[in-house]
Amino acid sequence: MKSLKKLVEIEHLKQYFPAGGFGKQKRFVQAVDDVSFFIYKGETLGLVGESGCGKTTVGRTLLRLYEPTDGRIVYDGEVLFDKKESIAVNMMPYRRKMQIVFQDPYASLDPRMTIADIVGESIDIHKLAESKSQRHDRIIELLERVGLNSEHANRYPHEFSGGQRQRIGIARALAVNPEFIVCDEPVSALDVSIQAQVVNMFEDLQQEMGLTYLFIAHDLSVVRHISDRIGVMYLGKIVELADSYELISRSAHPYTRSLISAIPVADPVTARANERIPLQGDVPSPVNPPSGCHFRTRCPYADECCAAETPPLKEVSAGHWVACHHLDRVN
Amino acid sequence: MKEKLLEIKDERLSFFTPAGEVKALNGVSFSLGEGEVLGIVGESGSGKSVTAYSIMGLTAFPGKLIGGTIRFNGHQVDRMTEKELRKMRGKEVSIIFQDPMTSLNPVYTIGNQIEEVLKLHTDMTKSQRHNRAKELLELVGINEPEKRLKQYPHEHSGGMRQRVMIAIALACEPKLLIADEPTTALDVTIQAQILELMQDLRKKLGMSIIMITHDLGVVASMCERIAVMYAGNIVEYGTTDEIFYQPGHEYTKGLIKSIPQLNAEKIERLVPIEGQPVDLMNPPKGCPFAPRCEHCMKVCLTEKPPVTHLSDTHYSYCWLWQEQEIKKGATDFEES
Repeated sequence: MKSLKKLVEIEHLKQYFPAGGFGKQKRFVQAVDDVSFFIYKGETLGLVGESGCGKTTVGRTLLRLYEPTDGRIVYDGEVLFDKKESIAVNMMPYRRKMQIVFQDPYASLDPRMTIADIVGESIDIHKLAESKSQRHDRIIELLERVGLNSEHANRYPHEFSGGQRQRIGIARALAVNPEFIVCDEPVSALDVSIQAQVVNMFEDLQQEMGLTYLFIAHDLSVVRHISDRIGVMYLGKIVELADSYELISRSAHPYTRSLISAIPVADPVTARANERIPLQGDVPSPVNPPSGCHFRTRCPYADECCAAETPPLKEVSAGHWVACHHLDRVN
Repeated sequence: MKEKLLEIKDERLSFFTPAGEVKALNGVSFSLGEGEVLGIVGESGSGKSVTAYSIMGLTAFPGKLIGGTIRFNGHQVDRMTEKELRKMRGKEVSIIFQDPMTSLNPVYTIGNQIEEVLKLHTDMTKSQRHNRAKELLELVGINEPEKRLKQYPHEHSGGMRQRVMIAIALACEPKLLIADEPTTALDVTIQAQILELMQDLRKKLGMSIIMITHDLGVVASMCERIAVMYAGNIVEYGTTDEIFYQPGHEYTKGLIKSIPQLNAEKIERLVPIEGQPVDLMNPPKGCPFAPRCEHCMKVCLTEKPPVTHLSDTHYSYCWLWQEQEIKKGATDFEES
């Protein structure tokens, strides 16, 4: 299912949000700061990081729900956005191919629309149904696809539990037969037992429909489970990107390492033996990130070099990219 | 026998809402000794927070205790008046809430909020209270305590606020600390810091801790004993090793199986627990887990399972053990 064709590609993507001030004092939240990656057709790229690291913004900017500050977005060989060449195409035809599932199933469904209307809205917008009965059949088909049934079509969102609402959100994304879905923390708000149901569904859908995912989450275990490759973000930048098993077993960046060691293991014997690599302090503000390497304020290996220069994302072994000046010392 | 620090027997608690009676707790019993760390795990709505709040008498209207007894440190909590409860809260038992963003008062300084507890429960002078507050901030690992005492909650990050909450909770050296999802709102690296801090403090101060969480990873590293709750019932109770390595209830087994493994080289498909959580307005008549259980039998749907003791420290409420019991009994009979 995984091919070597790049479906989505972003280069030097930047997204700054204004954060007060006027003229020269104008300040910006540097939510995404020079991020580049690509996603092969049929694969799942996971994106992890702590809150405020910019992972959600990457997903939304990639779909141009936000207008990027700088950079270039390519989808299936076509340039959707290029700041330098001032290209910004009309996204409407691409919305049929690129969809999103949001994090909070309680906030992302309109409480005054029935499930049929929520799922059917995009069918209407893109004129995918020729008749009312065809529209109805399509909606029922979609609901059944995500494990709900026709009885649910005329109900309202408040009548559903969190797991069911997330299924509705997925049915809505599937309504236009997309090729690519940004999954923005789709299981974070769910209980463990329900989370497993939804994760399995994402995997089944990918197999059957040949979907490509950008899977964003803060829970590394879930991302590891579903992704082929994983990118780790810290304060607006990708610090490490690798094949998912490679990333977990041979992580190279000090941030990735402490992130992995901080995850509580659900196994008492391993948990007792597990040595954490503690990180001091908190994440700095993205309004005023540290110079050079953004991680240097919490990094045990940091020195003057890290403050002076931003480490580039270098390929250390096939497909394993790391942004760190001191890889030799870290390992 | 020495009296346990906390003993809850057959606690029943309901919320009487306009839509009907929500049966939050349906006969919860457990006990906790001094210096023990108990983890309560379960999904949202399983009653884990309500159980802990009731120890402090914090289940206000429309919640009502309709049966059972709660004994804590020589008090009978279910019979105490509000005035007596106020004397106990913060001094003998205190709580850390889930969301450090909303559980501190935004219009008082950090110093004010720590000293409030000391003012209520001790007869320290103003300067003594100030010094004690400073000491507490140092204890929870906050730098420059003198400066921090004068600051307001919004000047602190989530992890820092949770440290302040812990400092407030520990101000009077309580015998029992209830931590209600203390790290759920925090990032993993900050979570690791807070858990480490709680373990250190426990070693230093020797209090008991009840740790409420939905994260099995957190209990695995923190707790000695675990109670698994489902739909207002404790379905299994045991030591951490027993719960993880010899789970005695189908729900516990399902929970453990449904967590993705981080280190596995080959990815296996997750095994979810099918079905939806229980509606507490009308919980199932028999075993609460029966509608989602793959080994459900006729008896499970009609009658509540009795307790089965699997070891001195491990018990489970499941009919499957009883069936085994019955079969075993039958073969014994044939042999004799």
